[in-house]
Order: sequence, then C-alpha cells, then structure tokens
Amino acid sequence: MTRFVVKRLGGAVFVLLVLSALVYGLFYLAPSDPARLACGERCSPAQIAQVREQLGLDESVLTQYAQFLQGVFTGRDYSTGVSTLRCDAPCLGFSYQSDQQVTELILDRLPATASLALGAMVIWLTVGVGTGALSALRRGGLTERALTVATLAATGTPVFILGLLMLMVVCAYLQWLPFPTYVPLGEDPEQWAWNMLLPWLTLGFFESAKYARLTRASTLETLAEDHIRTFRAYGVGERAIVGRHALRGAVPPVIALSALDLGTMFGGAVLTESLFGIPGLGKTLIDGVRVIDLPVVVGVVLVIGAAVVLANVVADLLYAAADRRVVLS
Amino acid sequence: MSTTTLDLPAADAHRAPAAGGALRRLAARPAALISAGVLALLVVAALAAPLLTALEGQDPHTYHDSLVDSARGGVPIGSFGGVSADHWLGVEPGTGRDLFARLLYGARISLLVAVGATAVQVAIGVAVGLAAGLGNRFVDSLLSRVTDVMVSLPMLVLGIALTAVVHPDFPRPLLLILIIGALGWGGTARIVRAQTLSLKRLDFVAAARLGGNGPWRVARRELLPSLAAPVITYAAILLPVNIVVEASLSFVGVGVKPPTPSWGQMLSNAQTWFRADPMYVLLPAGLLFVTVLAFTVLGDAVRTALDPREASRLRIGTRKERRKTSS
Repeated sequence: MTRFVVKRLGGAVFVLLVLSALVYGLFYLAPSDPARLACGERCSPAQIAQVREQLGLDESVLTQYAQFLQGVFTGRDYSTGVSTLRCDAPCLGFSYQSDQQVTELILDRLPATASLALGAMVIWLTVGVGTGALSALRRGGLTERALTVATLAATGTPVFILGLLMLMVVCAYLQWLPFPTYVPLGEDPEQWAWNMLLPWLTLGFFESAKYARLTRASTLETLAEDHIRTFRAYGVGERAIVGRHALRGAVPPVIALSALDLGTMFGGAVLTESLFGIPGLGKTLIDGVRVIDLPVVVGVVLVIGAAVVLANVVADLLYAAADRRVVLS
Repeated sequence: MSTTTLDLPAADAHRAPAAGGALRRLAARPAALISAGVLALLVVAALAAPLLTALEGQDPHTYHDSLVDSARGGVPIGSFGGVSADHWLGVEPGTGRDLFARLLYGARISLLVAVGATAVQVAIGVAVGLAAGLGNRFVDSLLSRVTDVMVSLPMLVLGIALTAVVHPDFPRPLLLILIIGALGWGGTARIVRAQTLSLKRLDFVAAARLGGNGPWRVARRELLPSLAAPVITYAAILLPVNIVVEASLSFVGVGVKPPTPSWGQMLSNAQTWFRADPMYVLLPAGLLFVTVLAFTVLGDAVRTALDPREASRLRIGTRKERRKTSS
C-alpha cells in the first residue's frame, strides 16, 4: 500500500516534470516576444531590452527553466526595475501583464472552480446514480429507454449546447433565474448559490448521463452474481435486492470516476466556466491565451496537469479502499 | 486504471468475413442507415458549399445592413431570424450576413479539421503502437508511459494553451488539425500496441518472421492488414470527438479566426441573442448536435459490424436473414 503510493506519487512527479519541461520549452520557442507583450504597446526598444533583462529572458532556455523550477520549490526574487519582488514557493512565475504573481492569481480563481465542480458532483451523485439504479430496477422499462436516449445524446455533444439551451429557456424565456454572474461564497452565500444553480445543473446533468450508465452496468453485473440468486431464493424483494445489495457493486467505480472527474474539473471545466462567465481556472487560461500572457498559461497548465495526475492516483486508492478484492501493486 | 472500456474487434479480426458481410450488417441497422444518410448529405453540402450558396445567390462574408433593425440593436428584420427567398435560413443578427452560407462554410471547417485531426491521430497512434508492440522491453515501456501520459492529460486545456504558442499568421485550420492530432493519439496507440502484442504470437506472423522478413516488412505485410478493422473502428469513434474539440476551441475563441465561419464561434456569438433571435442559437446548435450524434451512432454501428464475434452470433442480420438460416 505505502509502496504503491510512493511509486505512483514518484511517477506523478516525473510526469509533471516532463510536462513542465515540454510546456516551458514550447513557450520559449514561441514567436511572440514576452518582453514586448509584458512592456506594452508603446515601449521603446531600450525599454524592451530592460524588461527582457529583468525577466531573465536573455538567459538560455535551460537556465530559465532551472530558475522556474527553483521558484516552484524554494521561491525566487523578481525585479520590477524599482524594487525586488519576493515570490514564495510554490512560485509559478510572475505575470507582468496583470502585474500579479501567478500563484496568487490561481489561488484567487480556485474557489470559483471548486464551487462549480463540487456542486456539479452533488448532482451527478444524486441524479446520475439515482437514474442508473432506477433503470437497473425497472429493466426494460421506460426509464431505461429514456436513459439510453439521454446517454447517447450526452456522449459526444459538447456541454455548451446544453448550457446554451438552459440559458435560453430558463433565463431568457421563463425568466426563472437571472443570467448567472459569479458572486463569491464569502460575500453572499445566498446569491452565490442562486447564481451557481444553472451552471451546476448544466454540468451536473451533462455528467449524470455517464454516471447513470456506469451505475446501471455495474448494478446489472452484480445482479448476475451467485449471492444475489441466494437472496432471491430467500424471497428478498427486488427493490431490496437492487437497492441494498446490487447497488453496492456500483460504489467503487462511481467513487473512482468521481475522483477522476473532480480532478479534471479542478483543472477547469473550461467550457462551462467560459459559457457562464465563472472566473475559475479554465477562464483564467482562456484569458491568458487571449492576451498571450505566457507565465499565466504555463502556471495554469501545470496546476491543471497536477490536479489530473493526482486525481488518477487518488482514484486508484479510493477504488481499492471501496473494493477489498482489488490489490494494489 | 483505465476509465473507459471499449469493446473493440478482437485481434483475430483477420479471420473476419469479407467486407461485404460487414457492409450488409451495417445496412441492416436503420439507425446506422439514417446516420449515414444524414452525414452523406452534410458532406456533399459542405463540399458543394460554393455551388449551393451561389444557387442561393449569397456568400458568407457580405454584410447586409438593410436586413437588420439597427434601432433594435441589429435584430434581423422578418420572422424566424429574417428567413426569405434570398436568405433561406435568415441572416446573422448585427451584421446581416447570410446564415445558410455561414453554416455551410462552417461545416467545411468542422469536417476538414475533424477528418484531418483524425488522420494525424491515427498515423501517430499506429506508428507508436506498432513500435511499442514490436520493440524491445525498453522501447515498449518508454512508449507505453508516454502513451499513458497522453491519454490522461486534458486535451482541451492543452489545446487552448498551445494555440498561444504559434505565430498569429499560421493558417488556423492546419494549426487546429496539428494540435488536436498531436494531443489525441494515445487511445489509438494503446489499441494498436495491444493488438500487435496478441497478433505477434500467432502462427502466420511467426511464419513470416521465420521466413527471414525484417520487422518492418512483417509490420507492413502481416500486421497492418489485421490492424485495419480495430483502427477503422477507433477512428470512427475519434471523428465525432474531434468535431466537438474543434467546436469547443472555436467556442472559447481560440479556433478559426473571424471572418471564417465556424459553428463553435457562431454559438459563442449567439449568447447575446437568446431572446431577440433564437434561430441564431438553435441552427448551429442543432446542426452540431445532429452531426455529432450521427457520427456517434454510425461509429457504434461500424464497431458492431466489423466485430468478427458479431458475425457468428445467431441473432444478427435482418429478420429475413434469420428466418432463412433457421428454416
């Protein structure tokens, strides 16, 4: 168990190092001049040269990458010309365009992403798993058909189509909800929930199709096992068999997939955030790309990569914890 | 842990019946036939876009200020978003550009990028998978690790980030093809590696090797034909995924550049016109939805039709065929 965790975490660190080297290298080769972008439109060549020196862009790519890594583990100093700026570990760089440390920017945006992902998870764990269980109970019934159609429609179609339709119907026509604008939880919990409701429903319903299918398949698999036959022979009712015994088979895969999905979403449900204007990580990435703020882009990509890689490890651990038959090696 | 389990044709696909059997099984499914019909229509319409728009007498780039109500913020004049004999699907709010033409030209971008990206993914995936399957242990474990990383990384996030790297003048559709292609080959590589490993043990491959053929000749002459079925199947699954990725990249504003029309970009613009011009939302959304759905259904049918296990199953074929075999 401990060996497994150490091995997997070691692998995760390796993957992140490779990813950071690749991303850093690619951006170093990029044709845009970070110094010019950081300095602004009306900079003289002398000023640009000065900024380049401050940013350390006159160094070789290896030196720059080493400095970046050093910043991540021990922190580093940035010079802004007049003063030096201390960037504590984990320092993911400094965005001269927004005049902010990348780590701070990301921490600033994380709550929005977390609110979206956690709320959506509540929905997929209730609606998704519930529908799946129901269709396993009433096999061949209407629920099952509806589920098949919904799953087919949801697999593949991008989440923003559902989101656009929800906005159009709920906000524009029925006017049950206002067009969402993000309000931080700490500012006004009621307004926060009210504004997040539609994004939650959109992302939650979208993911629910997948979870319903997974729940249904795992439950049906368990239903075919011998111990269920024994329960039947004892005269246990179908509802109790599905609800109390067969549904258990769905617990490990649902937990593992939830961990995986949550990790991906912490990395930014890019499309949902973009559609509803939620200032989370995904939106930070898009904004960073628009103005070619490379430090921000590199930082966000690495954080997202870390979230995904960690989620993979956690998913495996949770799966093993929920299903004793699985042996980690 | 793999998150998705795909039921792909087994490696013994080389024993599959002739392609005619697969086609017949494909044709026996009404959903597959309808999907194929819809897609054929779409492809023909996209290819013939200049012809069709000429027939309509419009093009996707001309502004028609007279067709939008500037007093009401640019809402198209007339019902259903300004549908008329001149503008079959109405005009774009704000600019008055012809929607039919823009949707058709958007289909060209969508299909071009998706097909191109799928080709790149399959090419890289087959090469990496074959090399991993045929190479020594070191090569295999290295390539397998790289493949694992490629599969687990979030494609959309990296795709968005990568668009920031390239010079703004680089042709955008080609850039999208390369980015999606370079990020999405992991699944193909995994499948090809697994199939290669199991094919390698079979007698006919061993015979070819013993006959003194080099690994590349064996790969080309013996393995590739047998890999065709699983690779085609997987490509059919990749195609709709790539359409969605292109639409998503365009939706968040890093896809093709305006004025080149694309569905994702139209949907992104449509957000301000929900009430005033619902057609502007519904048309691209519906088109994207139908296209992806049709590709998904067809991909599923291709998988079943190419599956050799499916052919031997009793309950396959049309009802007429089944009656014939039972009598």
